[in-house]
Amino acid sequence: MATISLSEPDAAHAAPPHARAVRLPTQWLGVAPFFLFAIFFLIAPTAYLILGAFQTPEGTFTLGNLAELWQPTIRAAYWISIKVSFASAVIGALVGLAIAVAIVRGGLPRWVRGATMTFSGVASNFAGVPLAFAFLATLGRLGLVTILLRDIFGFNLYATGFNILSFSGLTLTYLYFQIPLMVVIITPAIDGLKKEWGEAAATLGATQWQYWRMVVIPVLWPSFLGTVILLFANAFGAIATAYALTGSSLNIVPILLYAQIRGDVLHNAHLGYAIAFGMIFITGMANVFYIWFRTRSERWLK
Amino acid sequence: MKSGKFWAWLTFGLGAAYFIIPLLATLEFAMRMRRGTYSFDAFAVVFGDPRFQQTFGYSVMAAIFTILLGVLIVVPTAYWIRLRMPHIRPIVEFVTLLPLVIPAIVIVFGYIRMYGSNSPLPFLASARGTDALLVIGYAILALPYMYRAVDTGLRTIDVRTLTEAAQILGAGWATIITRLILPNVLIAVLSGAFLTFAIVIGEFTMASLLNRPAFGPYLQNIGANRAYEPAALAVITFAVTWGCMSVIQMLARFAPKSANRPD
Repeated sequence: MATISLSEPDAAHAAPPHARAVRLPTQWLGVAPFFLFAIFFLIAPTAYLILGAFQTPEGTFTLGNLAELWQPTIRAAYWISIKVSFASAVIGALVGLAIAVAIVRGGLPRWVRGATMTFSGVASNFAGVPLAFAFLATLGRLGLVTILLRDIFGFNLYATGFNILSFSGLTLTYLYFQIPLMVVIITPAIDGLKKEWGEAAATLGATQWQYWRMVVIPVLWPSFLGTVILLFANAFGAIATAYALTGSSLNIVPILLYAQIRGDVLHNAHLGYAIAFGMIFITGMANVFYIWFRTRSERWLK
Repeated sequence: MKSGKFWAWLTFGLGAAYFIIPLLATLEFAMRMRRGTYSFDAFAVVFGDPRFQQTFGYSVMAAIFTILLGVLIVVPTAYWIRLRMPHIRPIVEFVTLLPLVIPAIVIVFGYIRMYGSNSPLPFLASARGTDALLVIGYAILALPYMYRAVDTGLRTIDVRTLTEAAQILGAGWATIITRLILPNVLIAVLSGAFLTFAIVIGEFTMASLLNRPAFGPYLQNIGANRAYEPAALAVITFAVTWGCMSVIQMLARFAPKSANRPD
């Protein structure tokens, strides 16, 4: 590699065609370590599972593993996972958007924006096991908020059927990293709303509501939807928080897969591959939409 | 406009309450260990636990190796693509985004099936090999963030001119990357490094499924068996994450905007 020099492209133009053919692979050497790394430790392991999902233990092609995903326990696991991810993504996106609009457009002091952005950076990375501990200490049976509600307001949270180890509890917990992630991603998009658009709308006699309905919402819509999808994938693959919060009592897909990897609880290795394939399929589809919306929204934010 | 400001404050206030109350509650819970009075007993117990020190140390080491591996792979690649192969940039960007699409649990599942003791690459046959595989897995998880950080850093310098200048002075590729490119993107690399650190330090899924004595599985274990220590650990982890993010923010202030570029 040390022999390559920048003057070479010019030399190659003058050189006969076979010299150019020799030069090409050396250029690829520069990115070879990256691609080898990605192939060995990202693409091949994933491909291995995907292929395994379509094979019987004997190695012949089958759709049987995928069909078996339809059995009630697995179907229920996918359904809870999709519900939690969807709810936390949509609520997280709406609340995150409201906060972002408030700090960018609400006329609040500058420090509010700085503090919110810093905190969002921290909170969007504060996931996993410790987050579960924090919410158990807050809304668990002995948590601070549970006790304060009971002692001061005489309101027994757990009598309402609320349980931190449930769908609503898990969603509320996931929002702790979903909302900040939304704030981090969507704030630049709101910054991208040009002042001229508001002035132009006002000049044409638009009310504030018309400006929002006909300018802001259409412009923000693709990045909003795109981020919802990213949040969805973010929650769908998460396991540590749910596992630490609920043990294995809440049957979401990553926890089911975790149990399967640990001890083949489904008694069929290839069914495990099929579950993994299902997860990649769902997050993959979500991200295809994300990329699509992203390219559409970037047109406006130049 | 006045009512707009009111709604803005209300939104901000409600949001702040949702985010601050769990932190206060966690701190309060952690201090409840001694009956009838607030104390830092839970923190003392945690810091005094040898397993805390061992697993935290293990995860710090894993994070350091992950950062080194990430820099080793990402910096030359991002540099080379800017210099010579801008046409494959979309492919590389797509690959670096894949870890956001493929959940960590799926990646590690693939490792377990592909690199077992009977495979041609038996990473899982020895403890050292498994450590290496864990670091590799972490480097994959951190890839989207590391690549983005380094690529943004490279954007602020004129890669081509600097490279040509170095070559005229007789520098080889190793010299160019270590003494020219790396110092110029050091701040970007460092912010990627601290983000990597924040991701790796409490990571649970990979470490647990590869059976490594890391901090994440330790946290989970304490959570399942103790009452007050988990809250103390949550406070400590939050402080570590906060520390990493503050460093990144501080670094951003030192980052070259366009000063190095003769615009």
